[in-house]
Amino acid sequence: MSSLLPQLTAKDFASDQEVRWCPRCGDYSILAQMKKVLPELGIPKEKFCFVSGIGCSSRFPYYMDTYGFHSIHGRAPAVATGFKLANPDMQVWVITGDGDALSIGGNHLMHAIRRNVDLNIILFNNQIYGLTKGQYSPTSPLGSLTKSTPYGSVDNPLNPLSVAIGCEATFVARAVDVDIKHLAGILKRAAEHKGTSFVEVYQDCNVFNSGAFNYASKKGEKEDNIVYLEHRKPLISGKNRDKGIRLNAHGRPEVVDLSSGISEDDLLFHDEKAEDPSLAFLLAQMRYPEFPEPLGVFRDVERPVYDEGVRNQVSEARAQLGDGDLDALFNSGDTWVVEG
Amino acid sequence: MSAVDSPSASEGRQHEQVDTVVVRFCGDSGDGMQLAGTQFTNVSAAFGNDVSTLPDFPAEIRAPVGTVAGVSGFQICFSSQDIFTPGDEVDTLVAMNPAALKSNIQDLKRGGTLIVNEDAFEKSNLLKAGYEANPLEDGDALASFRVHRVPMTRLTRDSVEGLGLSQREADRCKNFFALGLVYWLYDRNPKSTEDWVNTKFGSKPKIAEANLRALKGGSNYGFSTETFTVHYEVPPARLEPGKYRKITGNEALAMGMAAAAKLSNLDLVYSGYPITPASDVLHELAKFKHFGITTFQAEDEIAAMSSAVGAAYGGVMSVTASSGPGICLKGEAMGLGVITELPMVIIDVQRGGPSTGLPTKTEQSDLMLVMFGRNGESPLPIVAPSTPGDCFWMMQEALRISVEFMTPVVLLSDGYIANGAEPWMVPAVDDLTPIVVNRPEGPNSDDGYQPYLRDERLVRPWANPGTPGLEHRVGGLEKADVTGNVEYSPANHQHMSDTRLRKVEGIARFIPEQDVDGPDSGDLLVVSWGGTFGSVRTAVRQCRAAGKSVAHAHLRYMNPFPSNLESIIRSYKQVLIPELNLGQLSFIIRSKFLVDAEPLNKIQGKPFKVSEIAAKISDMLAG
Repeated sequence: MSSLLPQLTAKDFASDQEVRWCPRCGDYSILAQMKKVLPELGIPKEKFCFVSGIGCSSRFPYYMDTYGFHSIHGRAPAVATGFKLANPDMQVWVITGDGDALSIGGNHLMHAIRRNVDLNIILFNNQIYGLTKGQYSPTSPLGSLTKSTPYGSVDNPLNPLSVAIGCEATFVARAVDVDIKHLAGILKRAAEHKGTSFVEVYQDCNVFNSGAFNYASKKGEKEDNIVYLEHRKPLISGKNRDKGIRLNAHGRPEVVDLSSGISEDDLLFHDEKAEDPSLAFLLAQMRYPEFPEPLGVFRDVERPVYDEGVRNQVSEARAQLGDGDLDALFNSGDTWVVEG
Repeated sequence: MSAVDSPSASEGRQHEQVDTVVVRFCGDSGDGMQLAGTQFTNVSAAFGNDVSTLPDFPAEIRAPVGTVAGVSGFQICFSSQDIFTPGDEVDTLVAMNPAALKSNIQDLKRGGTLIVNEDAFEKSNLLKAGYEANPLEDGDALASFRVHRVPMTRLTRDSVEGLGLSQREADRCKNFFALGLVYWLYDRNPKSTEDWVNTKFGSKPKIAEANLRALKGGSNYGFSTETFTVHYEVPPARLEPGKYRKITGNEALAMGMAAAAKLSNLDLVYSGYPITPASDVLHELAKFKHFGITTFQAEDEIAAMSSAVGAAYGGVMSVTASSGPGICLKGEAMGLGVITELPMVIIDVQRGGPSTGLPTKTEQSDLMLVMFGRNGESPLPIVAPSTPGDCFWMMQEALRISVEFMTPVVLLSDGYIANGAEPWMVPAVDDLTPIVVNRPEGPNSDDGYQPYLRDERLVRPWANPGTPGLEHRVGGLEKADVTGNVEYSPANHQHMSDTRLRKVEGIARFIPEQDVDGPDSGDLLVVSWGGTFGSVRTAVRQCRAAGKSVAHAHLRYMNPFPSNLESIIRSYKQVLIPELNLGQLSFIIRSKFLVDAEPLNKIQGKPFKVSEIAAKISDMLAG
């Protein structure tokens, strides 16, 4: 069917609405990559739906010329689940932020992931509440100085990927807003995965938390601070690809110098298909500055998809019982006749 | 219990024909009283009596055994007449232990029949119930009743002897012994209960046999002992001719949904979170998958509501159900349904509040909540079924209004009609009204698809996502009319707020006019709504039969009101509004129509007694 489709371009996915994020907001870059990736999927435009919650990122659906729903704070995964159950042929994207997904909407995120609903959840993590003008978020580092924490935050942040992996997400990935080629590749992988795809995107809030992810995005700096994950390949980082990650005697990761005689075979090899989520969790625990932070696909496994299971039950019931017959339903159970 | 026929001798006993009987089974919540009551209801309904039931059970699944807190009861009124309520006073009370006796005896009428399990009246049970002395031994305490002390525990054990049951298993058959005895007393045919036992315990033949023996044992006990001198007969009711079945309100809601899905040719997605007393709607509906019905047990009430909104955008019939505490949580997402003008039905099976309140008891205290309990100006239509069977009709009506007018609709049920049962005339499928759904196939203007381009009733179109050319966005931010683009301008917000209200108000032109039982004008109009229908209708008719000038208007459409309601209200000298709350409909009617309507409020977790309403009517007409 896809061969018969008119060739869509990024422009076809742009709505007529003026994009109103702050200048140089990381959201622009993510929007651009999304519009670039969708035409590559071979899916007609009318088969996409973008569902969002509340926050800067959640304006995203207004800028896409697809079906879209800008819902309420934290509830996008729930709205999207209902939508997917109603209209299973649609490809559904959930656009959310760190406050939306992990604070007010934590419960819905957790349950969408553990059900493995066929949704692509993209979490724009800027470690700040931008729309409400600069309060710390559940991903802000300890000690963050913000409007609501003038003496520094004292609560420990959540690691979005740890949450997703803890819920045994079947697809987990991380990308950076301005690393556009890599980001596009990750979005495409997320789209192609059946079940819940969870992608954390490091996104720069230029106004309230500028530069929070410079370590992972700035050319010349990032190379030593990140490590790209590749399936079945060893974890190697550094400008000169001279830093490796291996597991020590306690099974914990450590950074080793590849110039000191350690061979690549001694390093930790990535396996995104591992059924057991332990490796993915271990990778998610590697945080800058102690470790180079992994980018890419942490986990990509298959598990029954919730909405498919639901749909199958309906078709099985119809196959077994026939299409619902109201007359039979009304007359089920004990009935009696009152004579005239 | 009124005799309509002179006693005749049968089997050496008085054989009395009576027209209406109220029986209540009560015991510990583990004693199987709900089961006994349900079986008695089924047998009586199948026999052709009119029936009305009132299950009454504790919020605790198993409160401490033998305590008053753990008492569970099931009242059934069965009659050869057309009845509307489960009865004010009990004719025959079956009490399985002292706690059950203590908490129910006040409802037994003077001269009524009391059947007690005498074996349970031992010291520790008496203490747990708060009795200092055994009331069965106290000559005065129960003097005004016909008391039958039956050693049910021992007789049940005797009945099942030889089956190799543990004592515990044997004792669990007591309810069937009690049921058998009451079947004998009221000349019921136990056949359908026997069938039920065989089906239910098909895989456990020993348990099936034990229950059947206990049932028979109870019946034989009634037949062979001398204690029961009277044997009663309640002839079939003279109901409107047709085919009937028994139905509870929650079952009727589920069937109404299946019907609406068929009638509209749409699939239906139901999202819910378990909550008493609404959970049975989910249980029933989960069996109806072959009707294209998907049930989704969400992670919480907010998700249930949010997914209902998502499903509505997705293009199917969408329903969620809850009770008061859940409706509070749903409020924000209901507002999202209002501003996006999407069709869905929110069922509120009301219970006692505030907060967790009285989870298993009935109340009508969420009218204001669903009418006004959201931020901003957030109007939506509200309907309220009046009986268990009416839930079937109003469920379809709610779904019809939602899809025809593109709006969330609230259906207000309550614990009383949700769990209560009545005979229900099986409808003919051809008599049901089709639900017309207009889906745009292509752009509705020269500028492409305009999601908020309204028709003459102010209704916006409902595009089915997946349709080419109709891509559009909706959301919780205020929208410009026609285009649906985000729009914050002052004039637009005024326009959209006015429009949403006018659309809902305009639905009054498309719902039936209010009907009145009784004279078109007169001294007193009683206005009621929801599950109080039976008590109010009975009381008003009694008073009218006694020569009083009183009429009854029972509302099923709470917002908007039927367009003739105001003129009806103005046609009587006085207006009485009985409600199971502290005055919510009366508050609205008083403010809307500027009439001095008199409230009658009760908030005890129990339905009105007919006598309570009749007394108030008499008071008002005497004053």
